[in-house]
Amino acid sequence: MNLEALASCLSSSACAVTQISTALIIGMLLFMVASGLSLIFGVLGVINFAHGAFYMAGAYIAFFTYQATSSFFLAFLAGALGAGLIGIIFERFIISKVYGKDILMQLLVCYAIILIFDDLVKIIAGPEYKMMGMPDVFALPPLEFAGGFVPAYYVFMIVASLSIGAMLWLAIEKTRIGKIIRALAINPQMVGALGINTTLLYAAVFGVGSMLAGIAGSLAAPTRTLTPGMGLSILIESFIVTVIGGMGSIVGALIAALLIGFTRAFGAIGFPLFVDGIMFGMMAVVLIIKPSGLLGREIAR
Amino acid sequence: MMKAGFLRDLLFAAVVLIVLIVVPFIFTKPSLRDFLIYVMAYGLLAMSLNLLVGLTGLVSFGHAAFFVSGAYMFGLLMQSGRVSIPVAIFVTVLGTAVLALVIGAICVRLKEIYFSFITLAFQMFIHSIILTWVSLTGGDQGLRGGIPRPPFFGIDLSSGVSLYIFSACVFVVCILIMRQVWQSPFGYTLRLIRDNPNRANYLGVDIVRMKLGVFILAGAMASVAGILLSLFVSGAYPEFGFWTTSGEAIFMIMLGGSQLFVGPIIGAILLRLLEHFVSIYTEYHGLVLGIVILAIVLGLRQGVADYVVEYLQRRKEAKVPAAKEAAFVKERVA
Repeated sequence: MNLEALASCLSSSACAVTQISTALIIGMLLFMVASGLSLIFGVLGVINFAHGAFYMAGAYIAFFTYQATSSFFLAFLAGALGAGLIGIIFERFIISKVYGKDILMQLLVCYAIILIFDDLVKIIAGPEYKMMGMPDVFALPPLEFAGGFVPAYYVFMIVASLSIGAMLWLAIEKTRIGKIIRALAINPQMVGALGINTTLLYAAVFGVGSMLAGIAGSLAAPTRTLTPGMGLSILIESFIVTVIGGMGSIVGALIAALLIGFTRAFGAIGFPLFVDGIMFGMMAVVLIIKPSGLLGREIAR
Repeated sequence: MMKAGFLRDLLFAAVVLIVLIVVPFIFTKPSLRDFLIYVMAYGLLAMSLNLLVGLTGLVSFGHAAFFVSGAYMFGLLMQSGRVSIPVAIFVTVLGTAVLALVIGAICVRLKEIYFSFITLAFQMFIHSIILTWVSLTGGDQGLRGGIPRPPFFGIDLSSGVSLYIFSACVFVVCILIMRQVWQSPFGYTLRLIRDNPNRANYLGVDIVRMKLGVFILAGAMASVAGILLSLFVSGAYPEFGFWTTSGEAIFMIMLGGSQLFVGPIIGAILLRLLEHFVSIYTEYHGLVLGIVILAIVLGLRQGVADYVVEYLQRRKEAKVPAAKEAAFVKERVA
């Protein structure tokens, strides 16, 4: 514990700005991963424990595309679409076989996928750490806010994540297809009876959810090291986010992701060893007081 | 009837114990003994978890919390140098039962996936406390300096053989206790709660109390597993309480089968063998393990032991009508 360091950081605006920007990018990455997780759970009712594998897939696809083309936007696109495609294949051929089965079967299937993906990455990309480096497009001087400096890429990440989140929210709440998806979450038989291809829709929703993980992965690629196990650590955190925010709620995921981001960024200064403890403690408190999460609708008792 | 069942279990337990003790004397490779102690410790963990998963339908993701608390409490008590091994075991099991009472009282009120998540949260909270409280637990280095094993009642656990025999005895006693619970009216009440909680409620069963009861029992049994492992490795490490340990226990249950009493042990043996042989042939054992899991889940759709039991039952049923028909035809011909 080093609470004096935390206090002194909070009193200097330069340090505070740096930590806030770190908190925001951690939060935004978690928001992207968790909103996909939340979307899949809300509509399909399955808990996709393999979500971290799609995040990793997105990051590696972006990395290789960037190496080949040295265009970040192509890499970003490839990471997102690649993860989405893998998600659709996974949904069609594997996870759809265990719909309606007990949760342990789903858990086991996802665990198998995680193991397979981690080893595939080791075979294809090698077990060593990979660094993508900052793309040339973002090789700009850092922006100054109140005495603190924030890299231009961070600003791009935050804006991109927020706008993707907003588009997702608009698509679900305001469009016709969004209405159908919400209906699908409540009564799939009725939606099917109305002549809508629910199988296709399930695959599409799963694809979009995985694409969000892929987006997070490709956004993270320039700032983080890529390793074969990178999916698991973000998976656990995004579970905390989904539980705190409420399964199936995108706004809840945003709020909870920011909460975790700030805990991580400031906890790293004040209580580095106990950051996980605080996060899981918050999760336990939310589950005790309101098991359905801050903005979840489902009754959990 | 109950008595006869108990005697049969007792006899079975005695046979298992004798086999466990004799086998390492016939095949004297030390790696076999290590393998068996590993299977006993993790098998006990998986069996105790199966009291929740298979018997009561409570999928706990945080069962290793009691495993790690058993290992650390026991290790710390022994390192204090003031208690003997039996006293330390007793205090550890009691202490873990109290811990399970506190955690369980909060958790068992939640249902399904929310129960899973809150148990995971508590486990990781305990894991973080162990990592942070360096002065007591040694942090991420684990409880070092070894765990002393002073002799008690003339039994000296300092040699590998006596430690092994002691572990086997403790293991068999725990299995016997769990077997009695599995077959008891309490066990059948838990099955009722798993299959039809509403009906259990109408019949006047206090569901929360029953669930809490089995939660405490499972926690206490998991702490014994932790004690065995800490004695074996002569230390305790935070990884015992990481979520992967719980995941491994769940994996053993699923691999072996949750409905057969000994399913989790079979799973523990299968998993250990699988890891052992796959890592000889390839460094990518995750890949092979993943494919095996997919084959089991998508092919058998249940644990291996459960599948075998069901298959044998189907064959028996198929034989019985056929025999009846043959007898019937014979009669008519005559």
